Amino acid sequence: MKKLLVILEKEFRQVFRNPAILRMVLVMPVIQLLVFPFAANYEVKNVSLSVVDHDHSSYSQKFINKISGSQYFKLVDYSPSYDKAMRTIESGEADLIVEIPAGFEKALVNENKSSMLIAVNAVNGVKANLGGAYAASIIRDFNAEIRTDWIQFPSFNPQPTINVTSSSWYNPTMNYKIFMVPAILVTLLTMIGSLMAALNIVHEKEIGTIEQINVSPITKVQFILGKLIPFWIMGLVTLTLGLLVSWLFYDIVPVGSLALIYVFGMVFLFTLLGVGLLMSTYAETQTQATFVSFFVMMLFMLLGGLYTPIESMPEWARWITKVNPVAYFIEVMRMIVLKGSTFADVRTDFFSVLGLGIFFNTWAVINYRKRS
Amino acid sequence: MMTDETVIHVDRLTKKFGDFIATNAISFDVVQGEIFGFLGANGAGKTTAMRMLCGLSIPSSGKATVAGFDVYKETEHIKQNIGYMSQKFSLYEDLTVKENIRFYAGIYGMSRSAIKEKMKVLLEQLELSAEENSLVKSLPLGWKQKLAFSVAILHEPRIVFLDEPTGGVDPVTRREFWNLIYEAAAKGITVFVTTHYMDEAEYCDRVSIMVDGVIEALDTPANLKKTYNASSMDEVFLQLARGAKRAAD
Repeated sequence: MKKLLVILEKEFRQVFRNPAILRMVLVMPVIQLLVFPFAANYEVKNVSLSVVDHDHSSYSQKFINKISGSQYFKLVDYSPSYDKAMRTIESGEADLIVEIPAGFEKALVNENKSSMLIAVNAVNGVKANLGGAYAASIIRDFNAEIRTDWIQFPSFNPQPTINVTSSSWYNPTMNYKIFMVPAILVTLLTMIGSLMAALNIVHEKEIGTIEQINVSPITKVQFILGKLIPFWIMGLVTLTLGLLVSWLFYDIVPVGSLALIYVFGMVFLFTLLGVGLLMSTYAETQTQATFVSFFVMMLFMLLGGLYTPIESMPEWARWITKVNPVAYFIEVMRMIVLKGSTFADVRTDFFSVLGLGIFFNTWAVINYRKRS
Repeated sequence: MMTDETVIHVDRLTKKFGDFIATNAISFDVVQGEIFGFLGANGAGKTTAMRMLCGLSIPSSGKATVAGFDVYKETEHIKQNIGYMSQKFSLYEDLTVKENIRFYAGIYGMSRSAIKEKMKVLLEQLELSAEENSLVKSLPLGWKQKLAFSVAILHEPRIVFLDEPTGGVDPVTRREFWNLIYEAAAKGITVFVTTHYMDEAEYCDRVSIMVDGVIEALDTPANLKKTYNASSMDEVFLQLARGAKRAAD
């Protein structure tokens, strides 16, 4: 225990003497939290629209006004033919073509039905999907409007309609920032924590001081704990800063208990640092450690449910997320911050992460060899 | 202060890396308080042998005890009883002189008051009192090496292993460094030292010369010169090392 304190004293001195580490822990997360949430925006706005109107009728004009008046679309081109409109998509000017056929209004009035075509540039899948869906919903709206225009007495409406009302629980305004900010905070912790831990032991290997440690009576557990604890504390500082930024700048106050966030954060950092230390016991140089930890971090993040829901991943990928501490913490952070989940709700996740932490840290201790 | 007590006993100690035999069945004894010079060309197997004795490397075969402890099973006991200074510089450059001393003494379990006392004596002896709060990276190499040695024996180990401690150091500082070694030996600390400087070999009580993983000669410098009919240790070394087949690394 006394030896551990000696090691900790030395580690803290080195950290506070290194301005780069302090900047990494204090300044970087704040800047990233201020920038990322605006970039990681799920809403698609300003879809560039090209319209081909073969009808030139009052209804087609009405429709074009409606769609270009919505905040999601921006009318950039008005082409006489579909081929011409296609060219604007090829040049990247437009994302979506709406083609209104000749006789649109006539068919609508006479036959009570008509059709139009939506063609989407699907190079950017997300934009195409959402753009198409928005366009479809505007057309549906338009359709409903015409009906109310025509049918003066809705009670005689021969067509049955189902009116769907939806309400969004836990995030009533569907504000994507409330959803993204807690998750981004987790990924920041992940990047900072694992990389710092991975580089630290390797640095001692490179400068040769690890030999001096290895010929001393320091035990493996003391050595690993001496590395783990300082970064663990710094991780908690980063977490605190992150929560402050989300409160001050995004007005996000966790619905659930702050203490639960910290308890989970402590276990998460323990696990994450274990992964970092494990990597550093294998790597010989800082370059190796950096590359390996980048690879692992990419896996953790892409399979962590930050950008894409885990539920929509294929079976095998979902299995990988079971050993991914980042996936658990992102999920739990969202649950606590948005829903106010209690310990009982996140118990399984808690013990899973704790189990992973014990696993990775034990592995790191075993693999850190004082002898060869 | 040499006694008859054997502190290092090595019997046919061997280390293989695959097919390559780094040290081949070497045997020797070192007594307490002796300054034992461990010579050999680059790649002769000196560092490997030393690492086995320090408990850093597991031998492939053979027997050895250091301070009475077995190098296979009791390495943690060995570590409490030895000091070590490697070729690579072993102090933390981003810590001050004082902090380095405190750290290295602390990990050997020395009490705070004992560290304080020792530190004062040490700093005065090395004339480093004015620099106690300077970062180690700001010191000249010679001072760093002397400090590293003093730190390595601060916990009063029975044996100190020095792996080319004076590499890259000027002759004056080397001389001062050897004075520190003599002082340590006079206090009864056994000094096990590897070196490439043949003038330093002359300072040793006994010298072993390794060639291609084998100890070719082991005796006092005077006897070695007599045996090989040489006027200096330099000549002795050249006669033996010229036969080496291994390329220097």
